[in-house]
Amino acid sequence: MSAIEVRDVRKIYRRYGRRKQFATLKSALLSGRILRDLQPDETFEALRGVSFDVAAGKTFGIIGRNGSGKSTMLKLIAGIGRPTEGTVRVQGRVSALIELGAGFHPEISGRENVFINGMMLGLTKREIAARFDEIVSFAELEAFIDAPVKTYSSGMYMRLGFAVAIHVDPDVLLVDEVLAVGDEAFTHKCLDKFAEFRRRGRTVLLVTHSLDLVTRFCDEALWLDGGLAKAQGDPKRVVDAYLMDVAKSENLELEASDRATAIEVETPAPATEAESHAEPQPDDGPPDMFRAVEGRWGSREVEIAGVDLVGADGQPSHIFQSGEPMEIRLRVHASHPVSDFVFGVGIFNADGVCCYGTNTHIEGGAPGSLSGDGEAVFAIDRLDLVDGTYKLDVAVHRENGAPYDYHRLLYTFRVKSRLKEAGIFRPPHRWRFSGGIRMSGPR
Amino acid sequence: MLANLESLFRYRALIQSLVARELKARYRGSVLGFFWSFVNPLLLLLIYSFVFTVVLPGVHPPELEPFALFMFCGILPWTWFSSSLLEASNVLIAGGNLIRKVLFPAEVLPIVTVLAGLVHFCLGLPILAAFLIYYRVPVSLADLAWFPVIVLVQLVLSLGLALLVAALTVHFRDVRDLLANLLTLWFFATPIIYPLSQAPPNVRWVLNLNPFTHLAVAYQEVLFRPGPFTEWPRLLAVGAGALLMFLVGYFVFDRLRDTLAEEV
Repeated sequence: MSAIEVRDVRKIYRRYGRRKQFATLKSALLSGRILRDLQPDETFEALRGVSFDVAAGKTFGIIGRNGSGKSTMLKLIAGIGRPTEGTVRVQGRVSALIELGAGFHPEISGRENVFINGMMLGLTKREIAARFDEIVSFAELEAFIDAPVKTYSSGMYMRLGFAVAIHVDPDVLLVDEVLAVGDEAFTHKCLDKFAEFRRRGRTVLLVTHSLDLVTRFCDEALWLDGGLAKAQGDPKRVVDAYLMDVAKSENLELEASDRATAIEVETPAPATEAESHAEPQPDDGPPDMFRAVEGRWGSREVEIAGVDLVGADGQPSHIFQSGEPMEIRLRVHASHPVSDFVFGVGIFNADGVCCYGTNTHIEGGAPGSLSGDGEAVFAIDRLDLVDGTYKLDVAVHRENGAPYDYHRLLYTFRVKSRLKEAGIFRPPHRWRFSGGIRMSGPR
Repeated sequence: MLANLESLFRYRALIQSLVARELKARYRGSVLGFFWSFVNPLLLLLIYSFVFTVVLPGVHPPELEPFALFMFCGILPWTWFSSSLLEASNVLIAGGNLIRKVLFPAEVLPIVTVLAGLVHFCLGLPILAAFLIYYRVPVSLADLAWFPVIVLVQLVLSLGLALLVAALTVHFRDVRDLLANLLTLWFFATPIIYPLSQAPPNVRWVLNLNPFTHLAVAYQEVLFRPGPFTEWPRLLAVGAGALLMFLVGYFVFDRLRDTLAEEV
């Protein structure tokens, strides 16, 4: 038996333009336009035909980007709105954790608010009285329950709202991204409460950006994208598909920003030697090399015509898995042969901290000659960086540091990792235990 | 619509608590607290007494002495009526969070404002009673029996209008401003600070169309004027109209219900 049944649901929000804002009731009545003015100028389709079932007793997760229709779906299931088309059926009492403490009145005490809020959520006075102590102790507000709610911190406010909503004891609990309300301990308590709900065979519908929560808790997941169901089923599979898609679109985004850089790079820089001697300042670059300022400078006697980041599959990419190989390929062009040249690369994290920097001179490379076109590849066997966004410096310069072509932070790539470790560098490592330590696990 | 009316009945405990909350929260933090319920109408009465006995003495017929008391019979229910409507026009927007985020029967909110107004009205009654006793106005018990009926008619009328105004304001915010001015006009088009008999005959038909005229006259007849209450057929007619108004107000509210969560 399904606890929630959603069939071909479409939800169209109406947006009104200027005309409506300036039209008044009086003018609408006078000109008899009241019905016409109630017609929307523009519509926005938040859901475009979504169907799914949630079996009773299951925990069901809905994931998706911002604006994909998750919260709209939840509101329709909660009965706060009605679908424009299609049907939503829910069996049993529903409680929605959408906005915690939405009905609280700031001037009166927490105690009175608990009663009123509980009644709004459909409990009787007697039911609330029976659960009152439990609610207060769950919210950890024993000492403050008789103080006006306006004196509460936002965390206290949310905890009380959560405690009331969860003690409604619904058959179907709808949760919209509210687990971020408390400190770590309170979050654990909430998760325990959900687990208890599951044990008692209640249905939980979870809308969240925490994919970890979905894979750990949910029996099934739905991925909404642009108002359409993109995938449904095993949470791990759905989350993976979603992550792939996010990575893909991030890649597109980075490509677009690199394309913008490329256009900049390709614009001819008419820097002859005479000119660069006449105006040496712009070629020297910023005085402080460790300040993260984007840009490009140099005499352009040798030019970096293009930069490709290539992953394990040999394809240019902007997203790399931590620990996988990566190659930085520099396509260079020398306008006349030179014998004094050094290639350098630098990797910076999003905070502008230099994670690693090196060049061929430091590593003992002795330049022979460079003429015409060529490719310099900096091959990394294992990209042992933690999850995050990184920027790249690439350069060709003389041994004394005078730049031919310096690209400062013009290239961006992202490192993905399933583990959320701290820091920058992930040394290849493993854990070993001996003696009385038993541990299964660290990958 | 009937099913919704029925579910409204199930929410009576909530309505009761919300009215209590409204009253408690209203004066929280003020020194005089509940006394404001007495002081507000008293101050209003003082102002009108000043205008009509000091600035414009002798405008009213001599049989209406004490004139302040005559006015008070109308001002007290009018304050309930106008403040209920003004608050109802704002209540859905102020409670927008509730309507958008919680499954909650929105009509509870305007109903609560009218009922909270009723409580304030009742708190003003002891002052009225004190004046009646002080001036030794003879009030017959038979007349006084009509008093709850008048209050009931006004309650039903206010509920209907409050529901209508609340739902319309969500779609047309200008209702609020329109209403404030309309209520001022309405006040002067009601025989509260003048007796109906003093109105020129050519505008009297307008006053007769105004339902609150008959309510005000009924209050004055029952509480102030000597002699038996003779206006009861009109009162009952207004009562029937009030019931119709309530149904219309509820119908409109019900029709607009689904749009409230989106438009608030």
